[in-house]
Amino acid sequence: MSVFETSAGIALTETHSVTATAADGFASLGWLMIALPLLGAAVLLIGGKATNSWGPMFATIMSWAAFAVGLGVIFQMTGLAAEERSLSVQLWEWVSAGDLSVNVGLLLDPLSMVFVMLITFVGSLIHVYSLGYMEHDPDKRRFFAYLNLFIAAMLILVLADSYLVLFVGWEGVGLASYLLIGFWNWNPAYATAANKAFVVNRIGDLGLITAMAILFATVGALDYATVNESASSMSQGALLAVGLLLLLGACGKSAQFPLQSWLGDAMAGPTPVSALIHAATMVTAGVYLIARSQAIYIETPDARVVVAVVGAITLVYGAIVGCAKDDIKKALAASTMSQIGYMMLAVGLGPIGYTFAIFHLVTHGFFKAGMFLGAGSVMHGMKNRVDMRRFGGLSRVMKVTWITFMMGWLAILGVPPFAGFYSKDKIIETAFVGEGWQPWVFGFTALIGAGITAFYMSRLFFMTFQGKARWEDDQHPHESPKSMTVPMIILAVGSVSLGFILGPTGILENWLEPVFGHPEHHEPVLAIPLIIALTLTLVALGALLAYFMYWKSEVATEAPEGTAITKAARRDLLQDDFNEVFLRKPGEGMVTMLVATDRDLIEGGMVGKTTGSLAGLSDLLRRTQNGFVRSYAMTMLAGIVVILGAVWVMQ
Amino acid sequence: MFEAPEISYAALLPLIIVFVGGLVGVAIEGFAGKAKRYAIHLPVVIATLVLAFLAIIMVARDNQGATAAGAVVIDGPSLFLQGLLLVLSVIGILVMSERFGGETPDAFTQAGVSTPGSVEEALATKMGATTTEIYPLTLFSIGGMMLFTMANDLLVMFIALEILSLPLYVLSGLARRRRLLSQEAALKYFLLGAFSSAFFLFGAALIYGYSGSMRFDVIAASIGTEVLMDGLLVPGVLLVATGLLFKVGAVPFHAWTPDVYQGAPTPVTGFMAACTKVAAFGAMLRVFYVAVEGARLDWAPILAVIAAITMIVGAVMSVRQTDVKRILAYSSIAHAGFILVGLVSLQQSGVTSTMFYLVTYGFMTIPAFAIVTMVRSSGTEATHVSQWAGLGKTNPWVAAAFSFLMLAFAGIPLTSGFTGKFAVFSAGVEGGYAWLAVIGVLASAVTAYVYFRLIVTMYFGDSDDDTVVINASALTLFAIAFGVVVTLFLGVVPSPMLEVAQQASQFLR
Repeated sequence: MSVFETSAGIALTETHSVTATAADGFASLGWLMIALPLLGAAVLLIGGKATNSWGPMFATIMSWAAFAVGLGVIFQMTGLAAEERSLSVQLWEWVSAGDLSVNVGLLLDPLSMVFVMLITFVGSLIHVYSLGYMEHDPDKRRFFAYLNLFIAAMLILVLADSYLVLFVGWEGVGLASYLLIGFWNWNPAYATAANKAFVVNRIGDLGLITAMAILFATVGALDYATVNESASSMSQGALLAVGLLLLLGACGKSAQFPLQSWLGDAMAGPTPVSALIHAATMVTAGVYLIARSQAIYIETPDARVVVAVVGAITLVYGAIVGCAKDDIKKALAASTMSQIGYMMLAVGLGPIGYTFAIFHLVTHGFFKAGMFLGAGSVMHGMKNRVDMRRFGGLSRVMKVTWITFMMGWLAILGVPPFAGFYSKDKIIETAFVGEGWQPWVFGFTALIGAGITAFYMSRLFFMTFQGKARWEDDQHPHESPKSMTVPMIILAVGSVSLGFILGPTGILENWLEPVFGHPEHHEPVLAIPLIIALTLTLVALGALLAYFMYWKSEVATEAPEGTAITKAARRDLLQDDFNEVFLRKPGEGMVTMLVATDRDLIEGGMVGKTTGSLAGLSDLLRRTQNGFVRSYAMTMLAGIVVILGAVWVMQ
Repeated sequence: MFEAPEISYAALLPLIIVFVGGLVGVAIEGFAGKAKRYAIHLPVVIATLVLAFLAIIMVARDNQGATAAGAVVIDGPSLFLQGLLLVLSVIGILVMSERFGGETPDAFTQAGVSTPGSVEEALATKMGATTTEIYPLTLFSIGGMMLFTMANDLLVMFIALEILSLPLYVLSGLARRRRLLSQEAALKYFLLGAFSSAFFLFGAALIYGYSGSMRFDVIAASIGTEVLMDGLLVPGVLLVATGLLFKVGAVPFHAWTPDVYQGAPTPVTGFMAACTKVAAFGAMLRVFYVAVEGARLDWAPILAVIAAITMIVGAVMSVRQTDVKRILAYSSIAHAGFILVGLVSLQQSGVTSTMFYLVTYGFMTIPAFAIVTMVRSSGTEATHVSQWAGLGKTNPWVAAAFSFLMLAFAGIPLTSGFTGKFAVFSAGVEGGYAWLAVIGVLASAVTAYVYFRLIVTMYFGDSDDDTVVINASALTLFAIAFGVVVTLFLGVVPSPMLEVAQQASQFLR
């Protein structure tokens, strides 16, 4: 396992062969990345109305400052030899009692820094975008405070050097996500959406907490270094349990089957939030968790297959749902779900897939954020309408939005040479690697998923920007201000170029090699050119089909009734109905029963009796407290007599 | 031939500063005009305490050792506890000095000597009398407390006990409102205090009879050598313990606590609850760990039983209390029991955890009582629980601060109450008293019920229209904020303080 020992670690044990070294120089200031946006959030929240005027700009600067610090750290890392690029920043001892000692520390390694770059760069762009998008919102300051809070929490998540600190960030992003989904909580539906996201994520968190408990029980520590080192000596049962429970946590955060139901509703939040949290960064935390826990998954192939299966199911699931949505943001959300399914599939494939998962995660972060910002720009110009059936022909009036969106669209389709071609294609190729049934099932799922993706993304693009204008009468669409278009342009440039900059040149692969090791080369069961050809053919077919259905022919302004499958897909393939019937109803029944038990048995019986008897005892003892000095002195004397009597008896 | 013992004045400098400060205070009382006294006293007292603290850090720390013929010992525990006493005294004095915009410290009567409700009282009020004697009295008491923690001789310890107690008796009787209750409390405290002092002296005499010396090092050395005199030693130890346990309010020597806590002026109660505990536990640590540790098998089980019943009685009796000050009084009894768990462990960690707990308890108690002084109904403190209802809506900051302190009292994580309890209970387990830790956790659960009920009342009760929170000056607000911040800090990052306590946990024998 020598390859994996480099993955993460802090110098806790001398014997560890390759450990993270204590950060010196600029990297020792790595904590600033978290502290700056956290300070921003604190200033805006505590400062209150006084910061209304300059708060949003301050928050934006804090976010860029975090990016600058991250850049500095990366710069320092590039000066180090590849295997020395794991730096640890020990902050303080959190708990120290006997054998239990929990340290708060950061791990700056190539993997976490990739995330830092993605989070702070895309995050800062979205701060800038929000300056325009939220300009007229009365609660602008609160919005920026939450955005800063999110950046800080997300950085804690990826920079943590132990599962426990990761969990702090994990809950922090959950909180920020909750606050931002329900940002316009005067609308009960939005508040409900926030609650739904929170509740569904609790289920995932339960998995993560239980996984940590098992790790602590078996390994006795929660820092990556110790866990990675001891993973090979854990029992298969424990490994499988930890692997599956971590997956449960990842499913909650990353909206993977079967915990995906919250993501569509989460689109209730302001669009920049959807772009940042529910497309580019937070929802990829699950992928990060699995990649970070590679030492565990390497030891338990069974759990790995489950990860891949979950990814495969979700990628098709999201794609089908995406075909039926008329709400532009919900269609994008379904596509996010599907794309993260690809990443999950890739990490489930084991060491050969990690790099490609992270690669796709980065490119996806750019093109999906770009498209979300484009959708926001469209909504900005269309009085916050989201129904694509009332869009159409926007290419004429919103040139910048149209072109930048097109870049994202081509990227997600995987058209060469756009970013998605390099990253997604690699995942599809990798899915065809293996023995037995797996390469065929995973490979073709990924392949067909690409075709469906082409169809529904083209549908979305054509319905919004092409064809005839189907606007309502009161609409006068216009291009958005510079503060919004510039971030979109920058993200579009990334959507075009990141693929061939990072992919064929091997930059990302080399950068991540100290973490993931050098994967051996495996031949797919089909020839690579054949896979590429098949993929591109399916993509072209999907796009063509969409072209004829949604550009060339008339799009109805009212959704047609559709087939049973369409109806199901519109309702998220009946996930909510399933949850309602099989989870909520029985849950409600159980709660009713428990309430009755609690009232009659626990509260009435046990607790009632206990408190009753305690109160009775209290009353009894209170009689001794009668206020008379003589009886107090008597109590003391009696006490002394009893004590001395006891001594006398003892001796 | 009598030879004057050598005295290391550098080591005693903090103590000297405090006593000189007290004497200066007496001079101020004698020479400064009535109107100016308050304005002169407050800076002098604060300066005295700060100087004494600096003296500990800069001078006394480098002059550790036994001095004055072995009567006092300057070592880690005594320095740590003296420093703690001084910091707690500063915030205690700040709360005592609160005037709420009036002419005189608000909690204290204008003329302590006058009969309540008499013509003299009215006259004194008219003439603008002030009770600024509280400042020198408090300083003398602090001096006694400091001496208490360093006493290495039973007689010196007894003298320290009296120095710290006598001013407290007087202070307890000086409440501005409900003066009869206050005077009754003072008298009760005095009578029972005298009673317990007698036990202490008798115990000291028995120990002298056993070992032929009052000095702890000699007592320690003689244990195990005087086989035939064993009958004197153990009763002596327990009687001395009685005097000390009385001061911390351990059961069955606790009966005075609720009455005195309720009757005394609230700022004095806060000061007394925090600082007396620090001093008395400091003295107990030295007696049990240095002097009579050799006979542990004979007295430790009894101390453990006392710890257990103290926790149980303190917790159970608080259940039916309806007065906030009495709730805090019973809570102080229960806390005394928790601290005893750490103390009785007789481990090195027992010293560390006891001292750490004293830090946490002190910094949550003084602010809690300070908040009690702010909640008023028609001019007097509204101490009935029902009067606190709805405070969460009408005064969110005050309610939030008090609730936080209540969570700390209950020992909820992220407050110092949790880390402190964790420290003493783990020391107890280490010392072989797992059953005490179990009782401690159960007692904590019971007390938590009491504190949560207060929080529930504040947040979910219908507000009492008569109850107001009066605006306090920066003095009180600083004291409260300081205590709350310390409570939070020690709950989140306890390690630095635990480390300091651990480094200071070595007794010089």
